[in-house]
Amino acid sequence: MKTWPSIGRLRWGWFLTGAVTLLVLPVFTDTHTPTVLLIWALFALSLGLMWGYAGLLSFGHSAYFGLGAYTYAVAVINIGESTGPLLLAILIPAAVAAVIGAMMFYGRISDVYMGVITLVVTLILFKFMNATAGDQYAIGDARLGGFNGMPGFHVLNVPGLPEASLFGTPMYYVAAAVLLGCYLLSRWILARSFGRVLVGIRENEARCELLGYSVPAYKTAIFTISAAMAGLAGCLFANWAEIVTPGVFALKSAAEVIIWVIVGGLGTLIGPVLGAMALGMVKLLLGEQTVIDNSLILGAILVVVVLAIPRGVVPAVQGWWRGRARVRAQRKVHARPRRRLQSAQAERV
Amino acid sequence: MDYTAVVFLEILYMIAFIALISAGLAIVFGMMRVINLAHGEFVMLGGYTTLACERAGIDIWFAMLVIAPLVVALVGLVVERLVIRFLYGRMIDAMLATWGLSLLLIGVVTLIFGSSAVSVPAPIPGYQLGGYQMGGYNLFIIGVTLLVYLAMWLTLRYTRVGLVARGAMQSAEVAASLGYNPRTVYMITFTVGAALSGLAGGILAPLTGLLPSSGGAYIAEAFIAVITGGAGAVIAGTLASSGIFGAVQQLVSFAHGPVLGDIVMLALAIILLRLMPQGISGRFFRNGQ
Amino acid sequence: MSEAVVETIELTKRFGGVTAVDRVNFALQERELRCLIGPNGAGKSTFFKCLTGQYRLDSGNGRVLIRGGDVIGLRPHEIVRMGVGIKTQVPSVMNGLTVMENLWLAARRAHGWTRSGAEVQRVIEEVGLGELARRTVGELAHGQRQMVEIGIVLAQEPWLVLLDEPAAGITGAEVERLVGLIRQINQNATVIVVDHDMEFVRMLGARITVFHQGAVLTEGPPEKVLSDARVREVYIGNRAR
Repeated sequence: MKTWPSIGRLRWGWFLTGAVTLLVLPVFTDTHTPTVLLIWALFALSLGLMWGYAGLLSFGHSAYFGLGAYTYAVAVINIGESTGPLLLAILIPAAVAAVIGAMMFYGRISDVYMGVITLVVTLILFKFMNATAGDQYAIGDARLGGFNGMPGFHVLNVPGLPEASLFGTPMYYVAAAVLLGCYLLSRWILARSFGRVLVGIRENEARCELLGYSVPAYKTAIFTISAAMAGLAGCLFANWAEIVTPGVFALKSAAEVIIWVIVGGLGTLIGPVLGAMALGMVKLLLGEQTVIDNSLILGAILVVVVLAIPRGVVPAVQGWWRGRARVRAQRKVHARPRRRLQSAQAERV
Repeated sequence: MDYTAVVFLEILYMIAFIALISAGLAIVFGMMRVINLAHGEFVMLGGYTTLACERAGIDIWFAMLVIAPLVVALVGLVVERLVIRFLYGRMIDAMLATWGLSLLLIGVVTLIFGSSAVSVPAPIPGYQLGGYQMGGYNLFIIGVTLLVYLAMWLTLRYTRVGLVARGAMQSAEVAASLGYNPRTVYMITFTVGAALSGLAGGILAPLTGLLPSSGGAYIAEAFIAVITGGAGAVIAGTLASSGIFGAVQQLVSFAHGPVLGDIVMLALAIILLRLMPQGISGRFFRNGQ
Repeated sequence: MSEAVVETIELTKRFGGVTAVDRVNFALQERELRCLIGPNGAGKSTFFKCLTGQYRLDSGNGRVLIRGGDVIGLRPHEIVRMGVGIKTQVPSVMNGLTVMENLWLAARRAHGWTRSGAEVQRVIEEVGLGELARRTVGELAHGQRQMVEIGIVLAQEPWLVLLDEPAAGITGAEVERLVGLIRQINQNATVIVVDHDMEFVRMLGARITVFHQGAVLTEGPPEKVLSDARVREVYIGNRAR
């Protein structure tokens, strides 16, 4: 089965161009800001994968981002070497998501309820972490620190060599590699039957059920994968910021990633990545001045984007995308008639 | 004995608090299935309006009971005309747009009032209940909440306006067949909902320090109370869910502190949402208001 | 008497105070083609949804047996995995995807990756969707979407096919094509067709079960049933009311 317009395809040309750009960037500029942009891009990618292709909108995806950050901090303070904590930072958010996802999806709740529940989950985590000031709130050697968070933990090191810290430029390369890797992983997932069933579920859940697919199982699976990716992003964020505070769970953080994905382009993979990097840059620049509040700009952007695409955000992107794909396909048909005749057999499937 | 009375009053107060901040959202959700995530900011605006009036020397009762609702109603009207009316039937898009709106409003208020907490003095002094010092203002809040809900119920039940509203809650066609443009009904409803939110914000302003981000605290509780209450019999549902959440929150708070009280309440919300997809009103109040 | 492949025993479904399906006993043989008819509100679609698992039933609702196994309480996707193909009353297809993509998803669940492509081609030819293959389903006319849905059902190669109002919204030559298609499907599969279009049912020429007020009014070969005075009355009476 050829690739579907609604799923898209990995374009090696663009991908390699992007990879090379990331590779040489440190030659031209300091890597501190680009690193966090890459991390936010990964966070947005995780949501964009789940929302754009499976139609699942989590209003509180920051929960898994934050869980990844906190898990890493707590684990590395207790363990000392960073490889285990890194893995835990992926597994713990994934496990939590699996439980919450199963609870939601096997309960067949509507998408509005999913929005509410996911929002409440991140809210619970925020309130909980905010209140953990004091020595009694500790996991092993790691004090959770309440509102002030957890500073000063061991950052990522080369696996097996606790003294070989990856802080600074190496961290940038780690983030870049992780982002590229997760992008490839997402493309791979989408190209499989699994990914196509997700799109079918997004289009008509009831019909997929009537085709024999266990819809809750698919939803729980993609939710878990998305949470794992978000957790990984959170872990990297903790390493970049060198501190973990309850702010990672805040509603603002949850809102930001949604805005990045929508503005970037829901229904694509590269859209959320670019949206996060662009708007993240805007956020950082705005943060340095106090005249116009950051919230105002982001809020205005979100309102305008939701309104300006009259057929709704998702259909508009799909329609545009498919229209482009059709135009491209037609151009191909007209450009190479000979090739089409020869490979008619292969083309049909 | 006194302690029981105190606990009881505190629970009643918490229920009233949740019910009061939810009233505006309940009307809008029950009528139009719009989830206005900027609702918390409407409440916050009511608070800041009261603050501004109080600083300008206007009588605080007038400010919180008349001016705050009117100002926020106006804001609500503008919001409805510019944003909400394009999003009826698009629930998720409405949630997103109103979330953007909430950020925008926070930004605007921060611009005007700054980001540090301000306070409004409570106009009713405390009183003694046995060995405990009670906030007299809390009693006022309980009273106002009861009045507000009574007014809502009476209006919906016994007035023509209420009949049209209930018809529109069923479907737009019903309102149209009664001779009313459903769009106008929605516009008025949203404005009334905003007014209620403003009233809540005005009344609640003296309680805690007012911050641009106060709305965030209100929205979570109002949100879960309204959704759990369900859209069917919106008044009964919201009161019921407020009752459950308020009681649970206070009881747990008394035993283990306010943070755990909040968390248990939120966790309970998730459980209820999972078990009752139609909300409390869908499960228990199937035949109307 | 051979084993019934689909059977209901005292099947009952209530909604509040209304009994939509009233202690229905029903049996279908292997490779049979059966039509369920009845006026609006007779309970035939409710009955259909009880068979497909779209209504969650429990032991209090009676028994529904498919190939001897009780399917009460099973979810639709579990019933489908038993080899049942279902077309719903309102066309339920994936509007944002193309016809081929829809068919592929249907075929894929039942077949491996490589075979799915061939299956899709087979169905396209059988149902006659060649011209529409690459079009987005949402753009198609109602009748065409119905045919796509039938194609989706066929792509799973089911042994039991349940069609709810397959003739709705299509007329003339298309109806004839549909009749031919259903007869063709019936060569390899057991088929239940629910419809209230009498002409269509007449053309199918299969054994008919008539529903009325939730119960089976009568059942038999088409000549007998369609000339039965009671059946006429139930239809005309309902229309007059």
